Amino acid sequence: MALLQISEPGESTAPHQHRLAVGIDLGTTNSLVATVRNGVAVVLNDHEGHPLLPSVVCYSRGRVQVGCPAQAEQACDPKNTIVSVKRFMGRGIRDVAHIENCPYDFVDAPGMLKIRTTAGTKSPVEVSAEILKALRLRAEQALIGNSGMELVGAVVTVPAYFDDAQRQATKDAARLAGLNVLRLLNEPTAAAIAYGLDNAAEGVYAIYDLGGGTFDISILRLSRGVFEVMATNGNAALGGDDFDHRLYCWVVEKAGLSLLSPEDTSVLLIQAREAKELLSAHAETRITATLSTGQFIDLTVRQQEFWEMTRNLVAKTLAPTRKALRDAGLAVDEVKGVVMVGGATRMPHVQQAVGELFRQVPLNNLDPDKVVALGAAMQANVLAGNRPSGDEWLLLDVIPLSLGIETMGGLVEKILPRNSTIPVARAQEFTTFKDGQTAMSMHVVQGDRDLVADCRSLARFELRGIPPMAAGAARIRVTFQVDADGLLAVSAREASSGVESSVTVKPSYGLTDDQITQMLKDSYEHARDDVHARALREQQVEAERMIEASESALREDADLLCAEEIETIRAELATLRRLAAATDHRAIKQQVERVNRVTGPFATRRMDRSVKRALTGRNVASIGP
Amino acid sequence: MSDHLTQNFFELFGLPERFQVDGEQLDRAYREIQAAVHPDRFVNAPEAERRVSMQQATHVNDGYRTLRNPVRRAAYLLRRHGVDPQFETDTAMPAAFLVEQMEWREAIEEASGSADARELDHLSARLAGELKRMYAEIGRQIDERGDFPGAAETVRKLMFLEKLGMEIGDAMEALED
Repeated sequence: MALLQISEPGESTAPHQHRLAVGIDLGTTNSLVATVRNGVAVVLNDHEGHPLLPSVVCYSRGRVQVGCPAQAEQACDPKNTIVSVKRFMGRGIRDVAHIENCPYDFVDAPGMLKIRTTAGTKSPVEVSAEILKALRLRAEQALIGNSGMELVGAVVTVPAYFDDAQRQATKDAARLAGLNVLRLLNEPTAAAIAYGLDNAAEGVYAIYDLGGGTFDISILRLSRGVFEVMATNGNAALGGDDFDHRLYCWVVEKAGLSLLSPEDTSVLLIQAREAKELLSAHAETRITATLSTGQFIDLTVRQQEFWEMTRNLVAKTLAPTRKALRDAGLAVDEVKGVVMVGGATRMPHVQQAVGELFRQVPLNNLDPDKVVALGAAMQANVLAGNRPSGDEWLLLDVIPLSLGIETMGGLVEKILPRNSTIPVARAQEFTTFKDGQTAMSMHVVQGDRDLVADCRSLARFELRGIPPMAAGAARIRVTFQVDADGLLAVSAREASSGVESSVTVKPSYGLTDDQITQMLKDSYEHARDDVHARALREQQVEAERMIEASESALREDADLLCAEEIETIRAELATLRRLAAATDHRAIKQQVERVNRVTGPFATRRMDRSVKRALTGRNVASIGP
Repeated sequence: MSDHLTQNFFELFGLPERFQVDGEQLDRAYREIQAAVHPDRFVNAPEAERRVSMQQATHVNDGYRTLRNPVRRAAYLLRRHGVDPQFETDTAMPAAFLVEQMEWREAIEEASGSADARELDHLSARLAGELKRMYAEIGRQIDERGDFPGAAETVRKLMFLEKLGMEIGDAMEALED
């Protein structure tokens, strides 16, 4: 069809290039970055060959250190060395357990706490961004070198049980680190991809993921290239750190210690963690330390004692596991395998308890530290478009907690129940309760309890300009939409007047796009960049992507358009091509938006066609006129 | 507006418009359509396509959720036939049914009061049998006899039974914690 030859003379359609994409496991204790190379997922090591980057950031002596060098500072400068920052993401001071044992100088801010350091007050988002930035640099050095290619984006994993505030904080951190987030992916789901593909697994699997600071249980059905999450549950504040803490408390009690300095607390916590790790393979181990008071600690702890003191922590993972099974409508014997993920699952008593619950030996054939990053890399590779069409897999994930709105008496009206498959939207009608009421405030909450006080507050907003009516006469339709990242947007509309109000739920600490841009500008790394050049490059990339996608759409489905429509789209694309070659990034942006508008109906028709194809399995175009 | 956003859910999944559906066929159609419209397929697409993809995938999830669950499926069919199942307002139920409900409740309370997990399992299995009978009944009423008001009453009963199922689940959970 001559109609479809729209390339300019001399221009050829570039062969499909491999797009560089990475998967990042942003862990409580350690973080990793992985990619798919020659069809195989691999973790990228640092210069010294270490795959794990300790999730530690140290702000001192005028510089920021990340990873091992930062970890080395932990004992001598605990106040400025931030460990396990993931526990603080999207959290206020009151939300964090054992916060009194943290050596940090916390500042309570609305929505999310901050930490005062020698380098200024830092939010957990900024601290996490340092870790992500280190991983981004590692990936760029390993993959790009001098090739001139660009990293198209990253899949960043989050605990499945993370709520909206924690997810939003993670996405903000990634953007702050200069990463294009292809998708936020739930950690157990990432593990399921890695396990499922490696083992060609089919059937129902449970992923038991006990990390440094979070616990997730996900039940998935794997069948012919579809990973379908049936239910998920967990505890966003339970992990290996808590086992360290129990052992630390035991040491404090046994040695009769009181009022420890932050330095001594750090030393003992590090000793406790090492002892915990040793106890996975040894019947007993010694804990020794010299405190700043000169006191010498020398204790021996037996495996059995350790298991005893942490028994109820293990039990705290079993109740959510049973709940997930019940939500999935499954009996224990319907689960084909239990995949163990996260360093904390190395503890033999955890393995044993899980084995007893599921009445089978848990699967340990993947490295529990790496499996999440590997799965994320595989998903990033698919999302970047590196697998041939038809050879991809499909991921159907869910929201972990119900989403609702506050109603009279501090009660929660659930709008989206937990374990709803995303993307998902649902609307509910509310009405005014006073005569002549012209505004209505909405309080969006997340959680499965009936009282607002027991749920997490996500956002408040107001619908104004409702025409005065008798109480109960207004019809206010509130719509919740959760996207494929698991992030919520809420809109409200009064039916009779059409008054509308909407928010993308950003928790009160939430960063606006402008703030993130500003922070990027301010950061040391980008201070040297020409900000304009960066903005221009971003818009040019967006324009190229738009031109490429639109041309490919025209090649495939031009018969869905009339001649006039094709002409309009082509004309707008030509303008875009011309603007993209110039240097006005605002003009490019505006034109990209124009092209978006004129191609909107085309996109809808194309989608309908692909649905019909999917259903009938035949090529609709081939039977057209 | 897209074609298939205006299609009814049975057309969407290529299924006959009946209460009795082939679950496997529904699962298969759902996955095939999601594979075509899911946002993961449009990560690199222009914004217009990304937006359409999210709308469509959302709609397909809504349809699957509606047809997968018997109560929602029946209610959807009834509404399409102009019968409002009147879930909220019409609570007048036959006396015999209500007596049965009270007996169920007592049995659940007794089992959870005496921490009798085995009895709860037993009740759960009995309830499953009861649900199955009701699904078959709704199938006859809607698919064979076209008795929509009759089906609406059975659907209301079904909702009571589903609630019992949740109570048994809660009682089991309470025993485990």
